[in-house]
Parts: sequence; structure tokens; C-alpha cells
Amino acid sequence: MAMIRDLLVQGVQMLLVLALAPLLTGIVRKVKARLTRRRGASVVQPYRDLRRLLAKEVALAPNASWLFRVAPYLIFALTWVAAALVPTFATGLIFSWSGDLIAITALLGTARFLLALAGMDIGTSFGGIGASREVMIASLAEPAMLMIAISLALVAGSTQLSAIAEFMLRFGSLRVTLGMALVAFVIVAVAENGRIPVDNPATHLELTMVHEAMVLEYSGRHLAMIELGASLKLLLYVSAIACLFIPWGLAVDVDGIEGYAVGMAAYLGKLLVGAMALGVFETSIAKMRVFRVPNFLGAALMLGLLGVLLRFVSRGM
Amino acid sequence: MQGFNFDVAHMLAGGLVLVSFMMLYQDRLYSVINTLALHALVLSLSVAWQAYIRDAPHLYITAAIALGFKAIIIPIALRRMVFRLGIHREIETVVSIGLTMLAGLALVGLSMEVMLPVTTHADPATREDIALALSVVLLGLLMMVTRRNAVSQVAGFMSLENGINLAATGAQGMPLVVEISIAFSILIAFIVIGIFLFRIRERFDTVDLQALDAFRGERR
Amino acid sequence: MIIALLLCVAGLFVLAIAAVPLAGTAVGRRVVYGGALGVTALAAVLALVAIGAVPAALTLPLGLAWQGAHFRLDALAAFFLLVVNLGAAAASLYALGYGRHEEAPHRVLPFYPSFLAAMNLVVLAADAYSFLVAWELMSLASWALVVSQHRVAENLRAGTIYIVMASFGTLALLLAFGLLAGIGGDYAFATMRAAHLSHGLAALVLALVLLGAGSKAGLVPLHVWLPLAHPAAPSHVSALMSGVMTKVAIYAFIRIVFDLLGAPSWWSAVVVLALGGITAMMGVLYALMQRDLKRLLAYSTVENVGIIFIGLGLALAFQANGFAAGAAVALTAALFHVFNHSQFKSLLFFGAGAVLTATGTRDLERLGGLIHRMPRTAVLMLLGSGAIAALPPLNGFVSEWLTFQAILMRPDLPQWGLKIAVPAAGALLALSAALAAACFVRAYGIAFLGRPRSEAAASAHEVDGFSLSAMAGLAVSCVLGGTLPGVMIDLLSPVARMLTGARLAPQMAVPWLSIVPNADTHNSYNGLLLCLFIIGVASASAYAIHRLASRAVRRSAAWDCGFPDPRPTSQYTADSFAQPIRRVFGAVVFRTHERVTVPPPGDTAPARIEKFVPDPIWDTLYAPVADALDVVTRVLNHLQFLTIRRYLSLVFAALILLLATVALWQ
Repeated sequence: MAMIRDLLVQGVQMLLVLALAPLLTGIVRKVKARLTRRRGASVVQPYRDLRRLLAKEVALAPNASWLFRVAPYLIFALTWVAAALVPTFATGLIFSWSGDLIAITALLGTARFLLALAGMDIGTSFGGIGASREVMIASLAEPAMLMIAISLALVAGSTQLSAIAEFMLRFGSLRVTLGMALVAFVIVAVAENGRIPVDNPATHLELTMVHEAMVLEYSGRHLAMIELGASLKLLLYVSAIACLFIPWGLAVDVDGIEGYAVGMAAYLGKLLVGAMALGVFETSIAKMRVFRVPNFLGAALMLGLLGVLLRFVSRGM
Repeated sequence: MQGFNFDVAHMLAGGLVLVSFMMLYQDRLYSVINTLALHALVLSLSVAWQAYIRDAPHLYITAAIALGFKAIIIPIALRRMVFRLGIHREIETVVSIGLTMLAGLALVGLSMEVMLPVTTHADPATREDIALALSVVLLGLLMMVTRRNAVSQVAGFMSLENGINLAATGAQGMPLVVEISIAFSILIAFIVIGIFLFRIRERFDTVDLQALDAFRGERR
Repeated sequence: MIIALLLCVAGLFVLAIAAVPLAGTAVGRRVVYGGALGVTALAAVLALVAIGAVPAALTLPLGLAWQGAHFRLDALAAFFLLVVNLGAAAASLYALGYGRHEEAPHRVLPFYPSFLAAMNLVVLAADAYSFLVAWELMSLASWALVVSQHRVAENLRAGTIYIVMASFGTLALLLAFGLLAGIGGDYAFATMRAAHLSHGLAALVLALVLLGAGSKAGLVPLHVWLPLAHPAAPSHVSALMSGVMTKVAIYAFIRIVFDLLGAPSWWSAVVVLALGGITAMMGVLYALMQRDLKRLLAYSTVENVGIIFIGLGLALAFQANGFAAGAAVALTAALFHVFNHSQFKSLLFFGAGAVLTATGTRDLERLGGLIHRMPRTAVLMLLGSGAIAALPPLNGFVSEWLTFQAILMRPDLPQWGLKIAVPAAGALLALSAALAAACFVRAYGIAFLGRPRSEAAASAHEVDGFSLSAMAGLAVSCVLGGTLPGVMIDLLSPVARMLTGARLAPQMAVPWLSIVPNADTHNSYNGLLLCLFIIGVASASAYAIHRLASRAVRRSAAWDCGFPDPRPTSQYTADSFAQPIRRVFGAVVFRTHERVTVPPPGDTAPARIEKFVPDPIWDTLYAPVADALDVVTRVLNHLQFLTIRRYLSLVFAALILLLATVALWQ
């Protein structure tokens, strides 16, 4: 009986992240539009876009390989499985121990590997631009993320997200290492999701693209899968920041439905705040030149490494 | 409650180290000055917090001096100076930002390695604060060493002085008289530096130290 | 068991001798490679059984008259025999197909089985003399294989550098064994294990072992022979040298430092961690600058050896502090990576050999679009690239995850050097893993995807069944290693117990087949579940969308922003792909720079962009040594042209000097 309830909760979480991801993207776009004195599209427009794309036929280049056609589904599956491992409204879900923060980072890395290969598949120069810039950004963002994971593990005693969230809820306090980890996490989240200042998700100029350049040749249902994967990745990062650094409201070891309801309400509130904060952040700064991005990400890597160093050197920090 | 007090003190000290890194990262002069103002603001918050948890009211005055002079008056004066010198559009650095940050990280590790074993019989919370204060001093020195522009070097010097202040207030607090005299001497040194900068600029049309080196006349 | 393994070695020697007359014939290739396949497969099975068994020893009346040749089969030797023989079996299976294109079989066939036999003997040897004889035989046999295609000039240069470095390594190992044997002069490992060395001598032995075994494994800065020699050999031999011979060198390091030297000191851990981290970073950065596919793979081997040494350094650090459980996890992580690397590196080299056979070139700038021409090789190479880039759910990720878990096991180490070295090594490991993924996106994407960049790539054809089945077997083992890692961890527990005194909890008993290396923190990873979820979700979503939404496909021209260019030269090249990373990392590490010359308007000369990637290690370390050697030999050359009187006076002076020395000594 407990097993069935646990499976149900895990299933609800998986469907919840899938359902909320386009809404999050819609809210961010709406906030950005409002801040630039436009009305903006409705917050449910991404759902309409996905429905439209799913129904369209796919236009494939003549030399597109099987990898090009299979990659969108694999990227979507990898991102969804990673997002399902992040606690949203409750911790300790039944499959949350199959992957910790390091495994989540690596799953997203696999998705990125496949996306970069898909970008190179058709053999156009724009795909190459996107793929080469993406791997340059990843070569700094992924180590920064791993350093953050290690510093969090040194504070909380575990790399499992559920365990870290529960630790923060019970014994969380202000620590220098956590402050540095938060700043570094936000920088990595901005870089990995292709947001301003690293990449502009709404650009039409190919030479400024990173993520969009890799998916330039995709259309129809393939493009829908990739867009959904990108929205899921954004939701994953916002949920991770929420459960690690603002854990209040998470349902831990609850029995009744009230605990889950409180957790759900808290989670929705955090998502809303996160989406608005991201919109404000993107509107207030300009996109960086491509070769300033390594400095930006290098700062995140340094902060992560500094946090780890402080924990190794002195347990009080 | 004790733990919370010390955690906030650590956060502010760590924040000062973070702002020092931010200063190393900037390459425009206005951003350097703004970061300097933030540096002094965090210092004054840290001193005020020390005053609160230690119940030492004279530290409030130190915090007010730090806020008034170093966070407001001196940055405004520097901005005026930079604008009148006409160098507010310059971008400058000597060593690449990545290597500078890496060197900064090594300096933080070094200061930890030096200070923590030395102060083994002190209060554990103060030990880490002193180690972080030494890091701020070393990062200020790094800023002075890796920059060409004289104004950035002044900023590095000011952040170095902030680090010394942090160490002093973290330990057991200095008497107010000493603080006031130090603040005045800094102010005077600052005015003198400013006068010299203007004279150098008039003479040589630049305050770029590397260009100024060529005028030394001793090298062939 | 040990007798059976020694008989397998003898069988390989018999094959080597038989290959001499048979080399020219058609059946000779099949006999040699088929026989090698059978013998090494048998040896692998025997080694697998022997890992958990009681150690066995044997002394044969060969070699030195008063010592005999000692052989010993304990858990460590059995594990490395498994690695060696699995790699050898795969290479022999591959060579059954690949060897058809061998132009000079009499230069390859006799040396191949002797190479395999020598590697087995090195692992089995239990005294310094037989160890060094087998080590030298391994170097010589592989050198003969490196220069087998002697008409290519760069192969001869590669062979020369290789034999010089190998001799230098053997000299270092000889001195190390001499110090370990001490005044008594007994070369048996059992005596060395029982003796205790002073701290200074132990430090000297460690330095010599790092020089000797490290140069064979590929530690920076002794790695320079590796990217020259590994590409020069035929592909199955390259796979063996990269995937297996480097592991034999690592075995030598583990045997001497963990087993024979006794309790380590903490600063030796700092040295090993530093060397491992630097090797990993430099290896992968070099790999990103290469356009020769095999040289790229060779530098990637250097990187993975660095990762293994990081794990070994962690084990030393924990052992120096008496924390046996942490040492067991770190050692398991390093040995797991040893196994994983031998599997996926052999797979990648076999794929590179397949590409070489199909297109005739190894140059990435001439390949492209091979996924259409060689579909099966492409799938297998994709799995290999994913494994080496440490992507879940494949095996490369598991060993990297275990290394990170080892770093987290005891953060409050007392020594300051370790407090700084362990996080630094972790950061370098993370950086090199991310850069390795970039490197293999580049290698796979340029070689297999896109449009063909040359006529050779456009007319490639799939390779034969033997090559494909060897690659498929290795790919299956990569997938199994990633989804069922508990099996390998349990297999490694006797080795960990033997070397560190502790072992991990039995992993096959953990529910759902997860792995939990540290029972206190319950950090766990379940590759099987993740793999099943990913495949399940991907297929279910594809099926649902095809059924409910649309499955229409229309073939039309590529979009390319409305300006499709039919020329394949308009797509990204390998150099342009690596340019951002070259600019970010290469400018700092290698001092790379580019020079652009644009002719003035009206001039019909082409614009040029030249990139300069200097090799800092060669320029600072080896080139001065070579120059000094030149100077010294030029000066000494004068001795060739002296008159008779001068020679006599030299002899006279030497005699006086010796007599004076004898007089003063009294």
C-alpha cells in the first residue's frame, strides 16, 4: 500500500514537471514583454506552440541521419528523467536515490552531447557554430556545477538532492560556502539554459546564437520535443535552486494530503517568484560577447572551488 | 543564537572576499569604483554587526565613518576625478581575468593555510574571520599588482585598508582615536594622490603607468 | 590455476615462433590471430575465476641460476590479467578481419603473440629479474610492431623516441628494484615486501617508479612517445598499446607503491594527485588540438591515465591517514576506470582502424558523413564516444562518479597539503571530464556526421564481420559496465581488501541493483533504472506522438538560414570546432596564437589564417636535452680523429688516474 502511494506521488511529480515547464517559459516571456512595454503573448502560448508543432510534418534535409531523427526523443527523455529526480513539492520520492546531483548534471550533459551531435549532422556551418560554442560553454559550466555539488555535499553530508534539501530544512543556516554556491548556481543556470547574458533565446541573428543554432534544422514534432526539453531544463534548474536554497514548504516524511498540498503551494509560489526574477534579470543586462562568457563562467567555477576549499580547510564555513 | 551571530559575521566577511573578487573581475573604471563603494558598504555592515553582537558602541562610529567616507564620499570624489581626467571610457587589465582569478584563489588558500594553524588558541569564529581578512588584504594587493591604471591601483589600496579594518574589528576592536586618525591620514593621502594624478596627467597626457615608465630616463 | 596461465603464455610463445615460417601464407594470419584469440580468451576466464581464489605461487628453474623465476597469482595480478587478456582477445578477433590489409605480415605476425605473452608475464612475475625481462620483452615487441610499416618516415622517428623512452623507463625501474632489494640482493617480491625502507629511500623509490612506470603509462611530462608511437602501429596493436600496455604500467606502479613499499606518506599522495591532475588536463587539451584521429585517441589515453592516477593518489592519501574504507573506495574507482578505459579505448581504436581501412586516411579534415557509408561502425563508435565522455548510463560515468564519492569520503584530512591537493584534483578531474566530452563531440561529429569532405570519405564502405563483432562485444561490455556496475565492484573487492585492508559492502545485495559505495551517507546511483527509464520514455513518447499527432516526413533541402551551400567545404572543420576552446584554454596553456594575412584589395592572392600550437613540454624539456646531446656528441666527436700519440697519452692519463685513486683510497 505504501509502495503504491509512493509510486503515485512520484508519478504526480513527473507529470507535474512536464505540465508546468511550458507555463514557466510562458511566464518568463510575459514578464520580459511587460518590462519592455509590450503586451506580450499569453502565458499559455507555449502550449499552443507545442500543439501546433506536433501536428506539423517534419522537413528533413536529404543527408539527415537516424541520429538526427532519434536525438529529440532521447534529449527529451534524458531531461525529463533528470527533472523527475529533483524534489519539487516533496522529498524522498521512491526513485530519487537512483541519481544524485552529480548524476543529474551528467544526464543533462548527455542531452547536450546528443544535441551538439545533432547540430553537426546536416553539415551546415550554423550547426557547427552552435555546437562548438555550446561545448565551450559546457566545458566551464559543467565543472562549476560539479564543484557546487561537492560543496553542497560537504555541507549537507550527501550528494542526494532529497538529503540535501532535508538538511537545509532542518539545520540550514547562513554559511559562506552556501552563499558562494548560490551565486555560482545562478550563473551556471543562466549559462546552461541559454539565457541572457550568455545566449539570447529570442534572437534571429544566427551569429549570436548558441542553442538556437544547433536546432536550426529541426521542424515539426522534433522541434516540439526539443523545445519541451529546453523548458524542462529551465524548470529543473529553478526547482533545484528552490529546493536547495529556499527549502521551506517542502513536504518531508508526511502522511496526510495537507502536507503535500502545502508543499505544492510553496513550490508553485517559488516557481512564480523564480520566473519573475529571471525575467527581470534578463531584461536588465545585455548579452555578453561570446568570448566574455568564459570569464563569466570561470567566475562561477572559482566560486565553486572556493566554496569547496573553504569546507576542506575549515569545517565551520 | 550564538551560532546565528557567528554565521552572519562569517557571511559578511565572506561577502567582503566575494566583493574583492568582483573588483578583480571588473575592467571598466566606473564599475571598479562602484565595486569599491560596495566593498566599503559591506565592511561597514560587518563592523556594525560586530558592534551589535559584542555590545561595543564605539564600533558603530567606526561603521559610520566607513560608510560615510569610504562608501559615499571617496567613490564620489573618484568618479569626479575619473571624469575630469577623461579616462572613464577605458578598459584595462594587465593579466587575463582568468589567471587573475586563479591567482586570487591561490591567495585565499594561502591565507587560510597561514592563519588557521597560527591562531589555534583563539576563539574558533574569530580565527576564520581573521583568515578571511588576510585574504581581503592579499586580494587588494593583487589588484594593485595586476592593474595599470593608477585609479584602479588606488581602489586596490582602499580595499586593502578595508581588509585591515576587518581584521582589527574582528579581533577585539581598536580604540576610536586610532580609528579616526587612520581615517584622516587615509583622507590626506588620498588628496595628495589626487593632486599628483592631476599633475602627472597635465605633464604627460596619460596616467597609464606603463607609458609613464618609459619616461623614467634610466633605461636605455 | 597459475600453471594453466603459464601454459597459456607458453602457448603464445609457440604461436610467435610458428608465425615466422607461416607469415607469408594466407593461413598464417588466421592461425596466429585465431590461436591468440583462443588462448587469451581462455586466460581471461581463468583470471576471472582466480580473482576470488587463494593466492598461488610458483618458482620455475629459469632465469638467474641462484634465484629461479618466481611467479605469483594474487587478486591484483588476476584482475590485471583479466584486463590484459580481454583486451588481447578483442584485438585478436579484430585483427582476424583487419589483418587482411597488412602489407608486411612477416613484420607483424611473429611479434604480436610475443607482445601478448610478455604482458601476461609482467603481471605474473613475482621477482624483479623476471619482471624486468618481461617488461623489456614487452617494450621490444611493441617497438617492432610500431616500426612494422617502416616505409613511412614518421614511424621511424616514433620508434626511435619510443625505444629511447622505454629504455629510460626500464633503467628507472631497475634502479627502483635495486633500492628495494637492498644490500641483501634478493630480488623476490616477497623479500621486498617484508623489508622496511627508510623515508628517504622510499621517496627515491617512489620517484623512480613514477619515472619508470609513469613514462610507460603516459604521465606528463614523460608522455611524448605515446602520441607518436600509438598511431604508428597497426590499429589492433594501437588498441593494445593504449588500452592494455598502459594498464600494465599502472599495474607496475600499484604493485610497487601499494604492495612492496609498505605504508605511504602523505606527501607522496600530494605528488601523485598533482601529477594525475596535470596529466588529465594536459592530455585532453592536447587531444582537442589534433586533427589525426589516432593521435587524438592517444592523447585521450594520456588524459585517462591521469584520471586513474588521481584515484590512486586519493587511495594513497587515505591510506597515509589510516582511513582504509576511503582508500578502498578510491582504489576501486581507479581500478574500475582501468577496466573501463581498456574497453572503450580499444573500441575507439578499432573504429579508427575501420575508418582508416575504409577511407585510407586518419585526417579528420578529410572525413565526414561516414554515418551513412559505415552505419554499424558509426553506432558502435557513438557508444564508445559516449562511454569515454563519461555520459550516463554508460560505464565511463560510473568510475568518475566513484572517484567523486571517494573525494567526499573524508574531507577533514589533517595535512595541509592534502587539504588543498584533494579539492584541486577534483576540480581538474571535473574540467578534464567536460573537455573530454567536447573532444569527442568534435571527433565523432566531424568524422561521422555532416557531409563528406573528400572523395575518400564519400566512397567509404563498411568493414568486415570480425572487426564489427569485436567492436560490438566491447560496446556491450561498456553498456553492461554502466548498468550493472555492482558486478565489477564486487569483483574488485578482493583486490581492495588485499591492498588496503578494507572492502566495500557487497553491491549485488543492494535493492534494485544500485551501487552504494559509502554506507554512511547512502549516496547511490542506479544505472540500470536510469537506462530503462530513458529508453522507455523515449520510445513511449515517440510511439505516442507518431500515433496521436503526426508521423509525416518530407525530404527537402537543408534550411541553412535560406543560403544553403552545396560545397562540403562550407561546413565546420575540426580546427574551427576547437577554436573557442583553443582560444580560452590553449592561449593560457600552450600559448597558441593565430596569424591572419589578408592581401590588399585587388590582389588575387588568397587570405591565410595560420594557427600555431607549440608544444610547451617538448620545447622546455626535451628539445634542450636533445640540443645538449648534440653539443656533447659534437665535442666528443673530436675523440674520433686523434693521432696515435694522443690516444696513447689518453690511455696513459687514465692509468695514472686510477693508480692515484687507489693510492689515495688506502
